[in-house]
Amino acid sequence: MPYRLSHLDALEAEAIFVLREVAAQLERPVLLFSGGKDSIVMLRLAEKAFRPARFPFPVMHVDTGHNFPEVIAFRDRRIHELGERLLVASVQESIDKKRVVEDSRPYASRNRLQTVTLLDAIAQHRFDAAIGGARRDEERSRAKERIFSFRDEAGQWDPKNQRPELWHLYNGRIRRGEHVRVFPISNWTELDVWAYVERERLELPSIYFAHEREVFEHEGMLLAVVPFLRAPADGRFKALVRYRTVGDASCTGAVRSEARTVREVIDEIAKTRITERGQTRADDHATDAAMEDRKREGYF
Amino acid sequence: MELLRIATAGSVDDGKSTLIGRLLFDSKALFDDQLANIEHTSAQRGDAYVNLALVTDGLRAEREQGITIDVAYRYFATPRRKFIIADTPGHQRYTRNMVTGASTADLAIVLVDARLGVLEQSRRHAFVASLLGISHVVVCVNKMDLVGWSQDVCSRITEDFAAFAAKLEIRDVTFIPISALHGDNVVDRSRNMPWYEGPPLLYHLEHVHITSDRNFVDCRFPVQWVIRPIDEAHHDYRGYAGRVASGVLRRGDEVVVLPSMARTRVARIETFDGEATEAFPPMNVTVMLTDDLDVSRGDMLCRPQNLPSVQKDLEAMLCWFDEEPLREDKAYVLLHTTRSIKATVQSIRYRIDVTTLSRGDATTLAMNDIGRVHLRAASPLFFDDYQKNRETGCFVLVDPANNGTVAAGMLMDVHVAPSPNDATRGGAVVWLTGLSGSGKSTIGDALRKRLERDGRAVFVVDGDDLRKGLSSDLGFSAADRRENVRRASHVASMLAKTGHVAIVTLISPETRAREDARRVAEKASLPFIEVWVSTPLEECERRDPKGLYKRARAGEIPQFTGIHEPYEPPSDADVNIPIGATIDEAVDQIHRTIARATLRSAP
Repeated sequence: MPYRLSHLDALEAEAIFVLREVAAQLERPVLLFSGGKDSIVMLRLAEKAFRPARFPFPVMHVDTGHNFPEVIAFRDRRIHELGERLLVASVQESIDKKRVVEDSRPYASRNRLQTVTLLDAIAQHRFDAAIGGARRDEERSRAKERIFSFRDEAGQWDPKNQRPELWHLYNGRIRRGEHVRVFPISNWTELDVWAYVERERLELPSIYFAHEREVFEHEGMLLAVVPFLRAPADGRFKALVRYRTVGDASCTGAVRSEARTVREVIDEIAKTRITERGQTRADDHATDAAMEDRKREGYF
Repeated sequence: MELLRIATAGSVDDGKSTLIGRLLFDSKALFDDQLANIEHTSAQRGDAYVNLALVTDGLRAEREQGITIDVAYRYFATPRRKFIIADTPGHQRYTRNMVTGASTADLAIVLVDARLGVLEQSRRHAFVASLLGISHVVVCVNKMDLVGWSQDVCSRITEDFAAFAAKLEIRDVTFIPISALHGDNVVDRSRNMPWYEGPPLLYHLEHVHITSDRNFVDCRFPVQWVIRPIDEAHHDYRGYAGRVASGVLRRGDEVVVLPSMARTRVARIETFDGEATEAFPPMNVTVMLTDDLDVSRGDMLCRPQNLPSVQKDLEAMLCWFDEEPLREDKAYVLLHTTRSIKATVQSIRYRIDVTTLSRGDATTLAMNDIGRVHLRAASPLFFDDYQKNRETGCFVLVDPANNGTVAAGMLMDVHVAPSPNDATRGGAVVWLTGLSGSGKSTIGDALRKRLERDGRAVFVVDGDDLRKGLSSDLGFSAADRRENVRRASHVASMLAKTGHVAIVTLISPETRAREDARRVAEKASLPFIEVWVSTPLEECERRDPKGLYKRARAGEIPQFTGIHEPYEPPSDADVNIPIGATIDEAVDQIHRTIARATLRSAP
C-alpha cells in the first residue's frame, strides 16, 4: 500500500490542520513565540498552513526581561525574515506598573509572573485564541490538556471540566472575554521536535548547541552567570554546555554536552535518561503538582 | 516509522494504568526523574512496591482518589512504530472520556481482570470500540499471576468475551494473557505461561496491520480555509486548503463542489514543499481549481461518480456527554467536517443497553447514554456512513447556551423503516429530461437516496445503462431514439406497477415521445411526473462531464442533441429545475411533488 505517511508527516499534518482551524474559527488569534525550538517549529508549521499568504495572526513574545540575548537576537531576525508582525509583552512593564510584585529572593524566577503579563496582553489586544507550542509529553498535567483548551474570563483552566475533544472536530466556540489556548504540537515528543528541526533544516538559537559558558550550580542544576542573577562569587566555573529548553535564564538550567549539531543532539537525547523539564526547569521542582497549579492560574 | 494510536480502557482496578506504566517502563520510555518521582510518591503512600500506575495518573485529584478521571495521552516509540496511547478511564461516570479517546484510535486495548472475568465494563468498552469503528481490539487478560497462570481461566474468559464480541462489528479480536504488574507477555514473553503461543503485547502492537483500515476509495475534501494572499505577486491566487478526509485526490481530476454541484477540475495540488500529483488522508494540501468558482469553508470537493449523501434528515448513534440530558425542543450546534450547522433532535428511536446490547424505549438521553436518534439539520450535511468513512460520518453537538460539547454522534446512511403515517407506498414514474450534462443523473441519484431513506423502493432507469443493455441494438437515428424512449417508458411503468418509484434519466428531446411515455403510465393509473432539468446549452457544454460536446463539435459524434438535433423543451413540466438550483433544492422540489402525486393515487 503506497498511501502511508511517516509518523512525522502525520504529526505535521495534524498540526497544520489545527492551525487552520484556529484561523477559521476564531476572530483574533495570536501565535505565542518564545524563541525556543518548539516555537520555531510552530513558525514553520504556520508557513506550511498559510503560505503564500501572510499569517492570519500576529506573533507575540512574552519577554521576561531575563532572556538569553542570543535568543532575542534570533527572534528579531527570524520574524524579519518571515515578514510577519511581532508584538512584545514585557514582564518588566508589568512590574513597573505594579501589576505584579517581583520575588526578591535570590534566584527567584520571573516565570510565574509571565502569567499576568500574558493575560493582560490577551485582554489588551482582545485576543480570543493563544496558540502555543506546548507538548503533552512535557509534563504529567499537560498530558490531559486538550488541543483546543478552553479558558474562562479569568484565564483559568478547569481540568475537571474540559470539553470532550473527538476525532478532528475542535470546538472553538467561546463567549466574549473568554479565550482558547491551542496546542497544535500536543502529540509531538521532544525527539519528534528535533527530528523535525533536522528534516526542515530549521535554524535554532546557538545556545541549543554545546558551547563554553560560565555557570554555577544551584539545587543540582547548572545556571548561567548572567547580570540579573546574583551568582555566588565562588563556585563559578566554565563548562561545555547546551540548553534543552530556552526559557527564563533564571530558572533554565544548562546540561553538560558536547553535541554541536542537530544530529549529535538527537543522538544524545535518544540516550538520555532524564526528561527535558526534570533536567532543566527549576520551577517545576517546587511541588509535585506545581505545573497543575500554575496552569489553573493561566500559565502557558 | 508509522504512527499507531491506541485507546486503552479498563475498570478502576483492573490494572490499566499499571499496564501502561509497564509498557513505558519496559520499552525504556520512562526517564530516571519520572521513575524517581513515582518511587517517592509510592513510598509516601505506603505502597508495597513502586506503583507504575502513577506514571499515567496525572492530575492531583486522581492521585488522591487513586483513579484516572480524564483522558491522558502517553507517547513511546520503538524502532518500528511510534505509539500514542489515549489512556481513558474505566469508571462508569466517565464513559464520555472513553468515547473521546477511542475516536481517533486505530486499536483498542480492553483489560479483563482474570479473577473477575468479563464484567459489564469490559463489555461496555468493547461496544464503544465497535461503535467508534475501531477495527482491532486486543483483550488483555490481566493479573494472570493471581490465578496461578491458569490456561483454563484464560480460555473461559476468551470464550465469554468472544461470544459477546460476535454480536459486534469488530474485525479483529486478539487475546493475550498478561501480568502487567510482573511484566509477563507485555514486552517480554512470559515464562510462566508456556501454553500461550501468541506474541507478547508490544510485538502485536508493532506488527498489527492498520493501513488498510483507512478509506482510500471515497474522495472527500472538505474545504477548511481559503488562501487568498493580498499582494501583487499573487493577484489571482485562490487556493482551497484542507485535509483529505478520505479517498485520493489527483491533479487533473474532475470534481464536483458541494453544495453548488458545480463541476470543475483540479488544476494543481500545492503544499509548502512544492506541488503534489496526488493527495491522500491525512495529508493537508492546497487545491487550485481550473474554474473561478465561489468556494468557501465548509464546501466539499468530491468525484462526480462518487458523491456522499446530502441530507437534512439524519439518522445517528449518539453518545450523550452532558449532565443536562438531551432536549428535543432545543437547537444544538452540530459540528461536522469543517461546518457548523444548527440541528434539533426529532425523535429518539431507542436507547441501547451497552451491557446486553438490547434496545429500549427512551424519552431522553442522559449522561453516558448511547442511543439512536433522528436529527434534522438547518441545511443539508454532506456525509457518509460512519462505519464506511469515519471522517465524514462523525459529528459533535454543542450547546449554544454555554458552548460545551454535549454529545458525539456517528451518522448512518440507512434505509429508514417506513412509518405508518408516511404518505403512501404507491409507485410512480419520475421522468427527468434535459440536455446531456444538465445534471439529470446526479439529481436522479440524490433523489433515489432520499426516497430510499423514506423507506421506498426506487429504481433508476438510466439512459447510459439502457444503451449498454436493453437498447444496445439501437443507433442514434430519430426513429431509434424514439424507440429507446418507448422502451424506457414501458420498463418504468412496469417497475412502478410493482410499487417502485422509477426514476428515468433520459435526454428524451421530443415532446411527442415524452407524451407517449406519460400515456403509458397513466393508462396503468400510475402518476407520471415530468421533471425538466433546464440547464441551458452553454452551461452543459461548459461542464461537458463526459467530453461529448467537444467530440460532437469536432464532428466525432453525429446527430448530437443541442448541437445537430433540436431539444424541444417541455411547455408544462410538473417540476422545473432552474439553473442555479442546488441539488438539494431540486430533490426537495421533486420529492414534494412525488409525495402529493402518490398520495392521490394511493389505493
